[in-house]
Amino acid sequence: MATSSVSKGCFVFKPTSKKRKTLSTEDYFTDGSENPENSRLRFQLFQSQWQDMKEEVQMVHDDLNKKILDSLLEFIGKSVASFQSRAVGWESRMRASEIPTAALVLGVNVPDHDVTFQSLSDLLRESVSPFVASVQAKECGALQHLMKKVMQQLMGGGVALDEDDAEEQSGYQISDLPRKGFNCSLGILCDWYQNLNKKSCIKSPGKKRSSSGSDFPKKPPLVVIFKDLEAFCPQVLQDFIVICSQYIQQLPLVFVFGIATSPSTIQRMLPHSVSSLLCIELFQSLSCTQHLATVIDKLVLTSKFPFKISGKVLKVLVGIFLYHDFSVCNFIRGLQLALFEHFFGQPLSVLCCEEEEALAQVRQFSHEDVEKILQLPSIMRYVEKQEPQEQVKLLTSDDHVKVVTQNLLKDLCSYHRNFYPILRCLHLLTSSLPKFPLGKQIRELHVLCLENNVWESEEYESAMQLLRMLAKDELVAALQKCVEVLQPGMTKKLKEVVHQLKDIIAKLKMLDQLSDETISCEGEQESSSGKSLQKTDLFHLQKTLMEMRETRRNKAKTPYEVLRNHTVDYLDSLVKMHLLPPESQPLYEVFYYSSSATVRRHLNATPRTSIQTALSHPHYYLQSEALKSEGGTISKAAPDICIIYKLHLECGRLINLYDWLQAYFTVTAADGQDPDSAEGHVDEMKHARFIRAVSELEFLGFIKSTKQKTDHVARLTWGGCQT
Amino acid sequence: MPAELRQQGYSEAQLRLVSEKVPCREAQAAALLALFGEPDHYSFPSIFIYGHRAMGKSHVTLTLLRELQMPHVVVSCVECVSPGLLFEQVLGSLFDSSAVTLSRSPSLSDFVRLYRQLCAEDSAKHTRYIVLDRAEVLRDMSANLLPGFLRLQELDNVTVILLSEIVWDKFRPSTGCFEPLQLHFPDYSKGLQQILAQDSHPSYSAELYTFYINILLGVFYSVCKDLRELRHLAALNFPKFCEPLEKGEAEESDTHKLWRNIEPHLKKAMQTVYLRELPYYSKFLLIAAYLASYNPARTDRRFFVKHHGKIRKTTFLKKHEKTSNHLLGPKPFPLDRLLAIFYSVVDSRVAPTASIFSQISSLVTLQLLTQVGHDDQLDNPKYKCTVSLDFIRAIARTVGFDILRYLYDFL
Repeated sequence: MATSSVSKGCFVFKPTSKKRKTLSTEDYFTDGSENPENSRLRFQLFQSQWQDMKEEVQMVHDDLNKKILDSLLEFIGKSVASFQSRAVGWESRMRASEIPTAALVLGVNVPDHDVTFQSLSDLLRESVSPFVASVQAKECGALQHLMKKVMQQLMGGGVALDEDDAEEQSGYQISDLPRKGFNCSLGILCDWYQNLNKKSCIKSPGKKRSSSGSDFPKKPPLVVIFKDLEAFCPQVLQDFIVICSQYIQQLPLVFVFGIATSPSTIQRMLPHSVSSLLCIELFQSLSCTQHLATVIDKLVLTSKFPFKISGKVLKVLVGIFLYHDFSVCNFIRGLQLALFEHFFGQPLSVLCCEEEEALAQVRQFSHEDVEKILQLPSIMRYVEKQEPQEQVKLLTSDDHVKVVTQNLLKDLCSYHRNFYPILRCLHLLTSSLPKFPLGKQIRELHVLCLENNVWESEEYESAMQLLRMLAKDELVAALQKCVEVLQPGMTKKLKEVVHQLKDIIAKLKMLDQLSDETISCEGEQESSSGKSLQKTDLFHLQKTLMEMRETRRNKAKTPYEVLRNHTVDYLDSLVKMHLLPPESQPLYEVFYYSSSATVRRHLNATPRTSIQTALSHPHYYLQSEALKSEGGTISKAAPDICIIYKLHLECGRLINLYDWLQAYFTVTAADGQDPDSAEGHVDEMKHARFIRAVSELEFLGFIKSTKQKTDHVARLTWGGCQT
Repeated sequence: MPAELRQQGYSEAQLRLVSEKVPCREAQAAALLALFGEPDHYSFPSIFIYGHRAMGKSHVTLTLLRELQMPHVVVSCVECVSPGLLFEQVLGSLFDSSAVTLSRSPSLSDFVRLYRQLCAEDSAKHTRYIVLDRAEVLRDMSANLLPGFLRLQELDNVTVILLSEIVWDKFRPSTGCFEPLQLHFPDYSKGLQQILAQDSHPSYSAELYTFYINILLGVFYSVCKDLRELRHLAALNFPKFCEPLEKGEAEESDTHKLWRNIEPHLKKAMQTVYLRELPYYSKFLLIAAYLASYNPARTDRRFFVKHHGKIRKTTFLKKHEKTSNHLLGPKPFPLDRLLAIFYSVVDSRVAPTASIFSQISSLVTLQLLTQVGHDDQLDNPKYKCTVSLDFIRAIARTVGFDILRYLYDFL
């Protein structure tokens, strides 16, 4: 850019703001797609489904947190009452100098805590007190920062108490809020709190109170939430507690400690002299594995949402959860990523919506869309299986394809409606078996069913064998539970199943009356066989035993055994009918997202592998065919750092810089040119490039300078991609 | 009865009220009052009161000042993170607070100037008192602060009272200063019982409560002489003590039975719950960190290389390594050593993903590891493992790893 200045200097050019147009997510989504209309539709579908899922998650979350939050609220309410009854109760008078503290043990899944604390402080603001401050360790390195944070949040909350005169209040606020760092002391907070109470006392009889303030007790407590107790500097925390305890007579303070590890942290961080100032009660939250199970149950194991993930993707997401972070939030984020990728990458995902919408959508399909349908692998398999006549019809008539697609969509929807209830039944029946052949958690069974024909697996066979040995009352109980699971939202087929199961249960109960006769009958048989065992030699004994086993096997079974076998066979047929893997269903690509590699790459990044790939195969990232090299050779057109990196792979623990430089010259020398021709004369340009590349490599952590030998650097990595 | 409080200028009734409020501390209160003198008398410029925790230092001082209505200000020095805060609190409560306008980070001379100015406007009829609680914090503030406060009387009729748990010898600045008058508050010893017995429960007789306090002191006096703590224990256990009375199983006179009932409760130790829930790889990272912290680096070859040959412990030992590493505490180790051990103890192939690295920093946040040293954080950070042996054994058991076989101390 040109300037009108005559003198030399640095000029700053600010970009004109008009030129830059901020792109919305939708623009990114549709950008570069051949059919923008289709993309826009998919984006809307994505958004609406994500919204639904988010609401569901929120509900799950509220549900799970309800118990612990309720008990917390009760505790805080109780401590408030104790503040007020101080003059009366012996118990509360004796403990008057202690600060009520709730130790909330939340587990190590730190990323999830934010949500919990958010709902906790919302709840508190709603029902207990408008004065809630939550602090994080990273904002509170020193005592004054902690003080300032707490006071800002508490005194800022005062506005909510009297919304009537918010303006007057805020005028007062600004002058009273801590102006400068040194002005923060609890004394000020104390004055402010007493002023506030006086004001509200005078005002409340005459004026109508705002709705938010109406149900607060007379002296609302001041709640301070320490989100991550472990990360706080112990000295800061101790000082803060000591100071607060001096004001506890005037300020009804309540602390909430968010603890990720174990309650013993409190003892480790606070010496006895400080912890004795607190009156601590412990609250334990639900474990995160249970939380995950519920989330999977509500989001994945349901036909409510059209979008589904394949077994592999589910495995990756659960693996990240179990092996890496224990974070339910991250799991949900992974699910969101899969959802987004699905709608972004699969043009036919326009059909991934409610049944009626999808059917209507198919009717409006263009010829290109029909082509896309026919190109789906599952549809190709489907076409191959048809009669030749039908095949021709499918390949020639768009309308016919549309009709077939509609039918297939309907089939798929009903497949989903039956799949999950039957899956739950199978889990109910097998989860109580010894050694859990089909997994303890339903998600394990789900993955099994998604990937293969579950009935072909060994685990399934052993489970069925165990089922055939189940005692009667256990079987009846399990079947009854199954009926309960199947009851809501029944389809025609499920109605039939429920009917059958009820029938079986009734028959099993009928057996009770018959049982007496069979027992007596059996007793006779036993005694007769017992006689034959007498007085034989070893060989004969063995023979008779073998025979007895044979006869027992062929022996007419008890009515219960017959019925049990019949029941298990029926269950087996149910599994074979309904728990087909989704890949066997035509059109499954529309609903299932199966690119587990993408999910893994995005959620579980491998920085070192990426760097090594970039350095050894630069063409992969730079997208230039010219850089492709065969075998172990190095293209001289590659970036300097790649050449340097390749050369250093051939060295030992210590690298001689001069040799390295020479090797670099050799590689980069022009083809015809003899590298030795310029002996003694070092190309300064190349030298500089070499040094820059070496320091880049050092920055990336592959080498470091060493004091063992001058002119040498030490290698820090071994192995890696040698090819 | 100990000496009664006597001082001219105060009414009998006021003095009696004060002496009732300071049980077992009448002597100290009398001494203090004698030092204060009549309301308008100049007192000693600065008084240094010291004694253990919960010995009634602040209680006696404050009761005197409050009940006898002497103009005073109490400042807790812990609360004053900067001298400015201290000055502001002192001036704000001694004078009209609206007139106090201090600069952004005031020095002692600012304070003195303003104090003198305010004094001239509003001179003292009675002696003013400035009480600095937890005065030991003053030592860490600017060097002229403590000497300045000790001689504040040169400005006005004012006395500064310092309260601390530490003896004066630890305060004395190297540059010298005005020596305050020292007053020691000794242990309550037998007085404890009398004080504790004062908070008797309204629904039970005072004798029963006194008996209860005697039992309590019998158990705890040898280990704890802290009044506050004892009072806490008393409140905690009294309902348990009264349980048989409530149920009607025992009479108030049936002391032996009551004692037998309460004893197990008093001896019950608090149970700490160990943490056993961690992501799978985090457990292995923690195990690896523990091994790195407690094994000498030279022995890694022996533990983690398959064909290390036979190295016997005795020939292998260096002299200083003969002491148990567990007695010496954890040693720092670099990140690469942690990862090398991690990869050899974890049984499956694990890619070095970002999640693995972020787990290390979560372990630091959870205070299971600590980062050591400040230089070279980017290049080669060092850590220490801060968990106990019991803890790591519990963790190792959950993943089926026999950690003792890999610890040098237990070979």
